[in-house]
Amino acid sequence: MSTQDARERLELLQGTLDLLILRTLIFGSQHGQGIARAIQETSEKELLVEHGALYPALQRLEERGWISAKWGVSSNNRKARFYSLTAAGRKQLVKETNKWKRLSGAIARILGSEPAES
Amino acid sequence: MFGRKRNLDDFTSEIEAHIQLEIERLRKQGMSEDEARSAARCSFGNLLQAEERFYESSRWLAWDQSWQDVRHGLRMLRKSPGFTAIAVLTIALGIGATTAIFSVVDATLLRPLPYPEPEQLVSIEDNLPGVGTRDVGMSQPEWQDLQRSGIFDYVSPAWYDDNNQTGSSEPARVSLLIVAPDYFAVLGVKPQLGRTFDPDNYTPGFTLEVVISDGMWKRAFAGDPHVLGKGVRLDTDLYHVVGVMPPGFQAPGRTTRNRNIEVWAATSFFGPPLLDHPPRNRRNLPTAIARLKPRLTISDAQSRMDALVASLQKQFPSDYPIQSGWNVRIVPLKEIVVGNVHQSLILLLAAVGLLLLIGCVNVANLLLARGSARRREVAVRQALGASRTRLVRQLLTESLLLSVLGGIAGLAILFCTKGLLLRILPESLPRLNAVSINWVVLLFALGASLAAGAIFGLAPALHAGRFDLTPALKEAARGSTGSGEQARMRRVLVVTEFALSLVLMIASGLLLRSFWDLLNARMGFNPQSVMTVRTRLPYPNDLKADAYASVSQKASFFREILRRSQILPGVEEAAVGDFGSVPLGHDRDNQTPPDPLILEGHEAGSDRFPLVDASFVTPEYFHLMGMTLLRGRFFNDFDNEESPGVVVINEAAAQTYWPNDDPLGKHLKLSPAATSWATVVGIVADARAESLENARVPEVYISMYQQIARNHPHHLAIFLRGNLDAAAIPNEVLEQVQAVDPTLPVFGAQQLNETISASLAERRFSMEIIALFALTALLLAGLGIYGVISYIVSERTHEIGIRIALGAGSRNILRMILREGMGLAIAGAAVGVVGAAIVSHLMTGLLYGVSPADPLTFVAVTMLLIAVAVLACYLPARRAIRVDPLVALRHE
Repeated sequence: MSTQDARERLELLQGTLDLLILRTLIFGSQHGQGIARAIQETSEKELLVEHGALYPALQRLEERGWISAKWGVSSNNRKARFYSLTAAGRKQLVKETNKWKRLSGAIARILGSEPAES
Repeated sequence: MFGRKRNLDDFTSEIEAHIQLEIERLRKQGMSEDEARSAARCSFGNLLQAEERFYESSRWLAWDQSWQDVRHGLRMLRKSPGFTAIAVLTIALGIGATTAIFSVVDATLLRPLPYPEPEQLVSIEDNLPGVGTRDVGMSQPEWQDLQRSGIFDYVSPAWYDDNNQTGSSEPARVSLLIVAPDYFAVLGVKPQLGRTFDPDNYTPGFTLEVVISDGMWKRAFAGDPHVLGKGVRLDTDLYHVVGVMPPGFQAPGRTTRNRNIEVWAATSFFGPPLLDHPPRNRRNLPTAIARLKPRLTISDAQSRMDALVASLQKQFPSDYPIQSGWNVRIVPLKEIVVGNVHQSLILLLAAVGLLLLIGCVNVANLLLARGSARRREVAVRQALGASRTRLVRQLLTESLLLSVLGGIAGLAILFCTKGLLLRILPESLPRLNAVSINWVVLLFALGASLAAGAIFGLAPALHAGRFDLTPALKEAARGSTGSGEQARMRRVLVVTEFALSLVLMIASGLLLRSFWDLLNARMGFNPQSVMTVRTRLPYPNDLKADAYASVSQKASFFREILRRSQILPGVEEAAVGDFGSVPLGHDRDNQTPPDPLILEGHEAGSDRFPLVDASFVTPEYFHLMGMTLLRGRFFNDFDNEESPGVVVINEAAAQTYWPNDDPLGKHLKLSPAATSWATVVGIVADARAESLENARVPEVYISMYQQIARNHPHHLAIFLRGNLDAAAIPNEVLEQVQAVDPTLPVFGAQQLNETISASLAERRFSMEIIALFALTALLLAGLGIYGVISYIVSERTHEIGIRIALGAGSRNILRMILREGMGLAIAGAAVGVVGAAIVSHLMTGLLYGVSPADPLTFVAVTMLLIAVAVLACYLPARRAIRVDPLVALRHE
C-alpha cells in the first residue's frame, strides 16, 4: 500500500487532517493534489498523507460549510476542483489551531517532565 | 439539501484530475510515464475505498439501502407465501376491524356536530336534586329569563310529539317537534327550500307554519317543487309549509325518534291552546337547546347561569323552595347526542385495539420462528460484512412491509364489507349516516399499520441482530440451535398473548353474563303471545274541533275498540293502555312525562313532590300481561268517570312512598291542580316496564276511564293476547280502528318479545362484537402457544430421543411437554387476571347483575383459556412421545 520510505513517516493523528487542510487553504484556493503536496512539503515530508484519505475529508469539510469548491483550471492547464476557505472555515481554523496548540503544549510539557530513559 | 449533493461522477473525475496532476508532477521530476502513473496511484492509496467512503458519507446511501431492503423484503416474502399469507391476513383482520370501529368512533365521538360553530351549541338541563329528579324541564317564564340573560344568542325548548297527519289518502303518524321560533337560529341551518321560522315572532299560540323534512317532502308531497304554501293537516289543524330542510338533516336528540323529526311547528309557549299566563312553577317545557354568545365558554356560561339561578331564587322564593335545590346545568349538545353510546364505543375501540395487539404478538412469534429458519441467511450476510444496524433495518423493513401490506388488505376487506358492516350497526347509533371511510380514517389505518409493524417487528429484529455468528454457520445443518434467548423471547410473547386474550375474554364474559341475566330477569309480566298495535287520538289546538275532549268521549272509543279487537281471529284477550304502559316500548322523556306525586298530608311546597311514572290502562291489562296482584284489587268495570278515582301501585312505589304504612286506602293526587283525591286500591308485583336493568321503578297505574292525572293520554296502545297471526294483525286492527274513526293512523305493530329484544339492541351489539373479538383472541392465543410448544418439541427432539432411549415412558415425556405449556398459560393467565380486574372495574357502568370482579366469570373464563392451552400443547406433545429415539439421535 505504501512505499518503504513512507513507513518511516508519521501517521496523522485522528482529526488533524482537517486542521491541516484548513491551514493550507489560508494561502488561497487550491485543488486536492495541491493540498496534499503542500502538506507534505511544508511538513518537510515528515507527514504521510494518503491522498485517498484527503477526499472524504474535503467532502466532510465542504458539507460543514468550512470550505467551498468549484471546478477551475490548474496552472498547467488541467481541469481540477479548487477548494477555498469560507468565513466559517476561517473561524474554525482559529478555534482548531488554538485547541491544537493547547493540546500539543500540554503533551509536550508532560513528555518533557518525564525523566529521559538512557 | 439534496440539490447540493455531488454525484459520484463528479467525485470520480476530481480524483482522476488529482492522479493526472500527480503524474505530471512526477514526470517533471524525471520519471517515465509508467513509473509516474504507478507512483501516483500508489501514493493515492485505495481508490475504491475512497469512492466507497464518499458514497457512504452521502445521504443517497440511506435511500439506496432502504430501497434495497424493500426489494429484498418483497423477495423474501414472496419466497415463503404461506408465512406471508398468514401474517398479512392476521394483520389485515386486525387493521380492518380496528379501522372499522374507529370509523364509527370518528363519526360519532370525534367529529363535531354537523351544525355551524357546533362548540357554541348546548343543552339546558333543569335539575331538582333535592327531590332526586333530573332534567325536569322549565317553565315558560324561565325560558324567557334565559333568553334575556345575555348568556345565549338563542334558546329554544324542543317538545317532541307525534301527530296525526290527515287529509291525504291514508292518515299517517308523523313525528313532530314543537319548538320556539328561534329553533333553527339556534342550530344555524338553512332550509333547502323556502324559509324557517322568524326567530322574533312571539305571537301567542302556535304559528300556523311548519317546516318539513326532506323525507316528509318526498313522502307526502312527492318532492313537489311548489310545496311552499301548501296546507298540511296535523291533528285536524291546518298548517302551511314554509320550508323544507335539506336531505340528511337531523335534529340533535338522544334517541333515534328524537333525531328523525318530520315536521317542525313553532310556538311561543303561551296563549291558546296553552295558558295565557303560564305560571313560573309549571315546568311543562322540556329540555331546551341553545347557542351560547360567541366566544363564551361553557364554564363561563355556567357560572353566569348559577348567578342567574341564585337571583331568581331570591326573587321568587315561593316558586323555588330551597329544599328542591333547583339548578340549571349547561351541557355541550354533543354530549346529549352521543352520550348514550360513548362508553360502549370506547370499550369497543379498546377491545379491538387489544385484538390487534394480540395479532401483532402472534405475527411477532411467527417472525421469530422464521428468524430461526433464516439464521443461516442472516449469519452469511453478517459474515460478508453487513453491520448489525443494517441487519436490524433490513428485518424491520420486512416487518413494516408486512404490516403495510396487511393494512392495505385490511382496508380492502373493509371496503368490500362496508355495506354489510353498516347494517350490523344498531339503528339507534347517533350519526349513523356520518360513518364513512374518510381521510382521517385512512390516516388512522396507516398509523395503526405502521405501529403494528413496529411492534411485531422490533423484538425479532433486535433479536436477530444480536446473535452469535459462528455457531449459526456451523450448525446450519442441524436447523436449530437451542438458542436460549430466542426461546425465552417467544415464551414472553406467548405469556403476553395469553394475558391480553384473557382480559378480552373476561370483559366479554362479563358482558355476556350481564346480557344473559337481563334476558332471564324475572320481568314481572309475560310477553309471550302478546302484540301491541298503536294509534293516536288527535289533540287539536282548536279545542272546538276536539272529538276526544272529555274522558267520556274517549271512554266510548276505548270500549268500541276493545269490543272490535276481541273478535279478531286468534285474539283471546284485549286491553288498551297509553304508550307508557307498553313495557320497554316507550321513551319516558317523550310522550309520557312523569307526574308529580302528592300524598295526602304532604301537600305543602310545590317543588318537593317526587315525580312518578304513571301508566294508563284498562282493567283487562293486568290479566293480559300476566301481572301478579299482591294485595287489594285490580280495576273493574265500576271504576269509571263517575266513580271516585282509584289507582293501583307497584311494590316499589308502596315501599318508596309508604315505607312504614299500609298503602291500601291511602289517598294521592297526580297533579297539584286536581280537585279530588284518588285512593290506592291494589298493589301489584314490580314489572320491569321501564328498563330491563332496573326492577324497582315506582309506578302508578291509572284507569283509562278516569281523569286523575293532569293529562289524559292521546297515545294509545292496543294490547292483544292469543294465537295471533303477526302478519295479519296490523291490517285487521287498522280496519277496526278506522271503522270507528277513519282519521286515526295505526302504526307500530310489534310482538312484545320483539319490543323487549329491541330495547337490548345496543347492548347486544357491543356484546356480540366483543364476544367475536374474544373468540378470535382465544384462537390466536391457542395458535401462539401451539407454535411455541411445537418449536420447543422440535428443538428438543434430540434430548427427547435420548430420554426415550434411556427408558423414559411416554407419560413422562407428555408430562414434561405439558408442564412447559402450562407454565406459560398459567403465567399469562395470572397477568391477565390482574389486567382484567382493572378493565372490568372501568366498565362497571356497562354491566348488569354481575359484579366487575365476578368470581364465576373469572374462574370459568380462565379455565377455558387454560383448557385451550392444554389442547394446543397436547398436539405437539403427542408428536414428542412418538419420537423414534434412533431417528432423533441420528438427527445430529
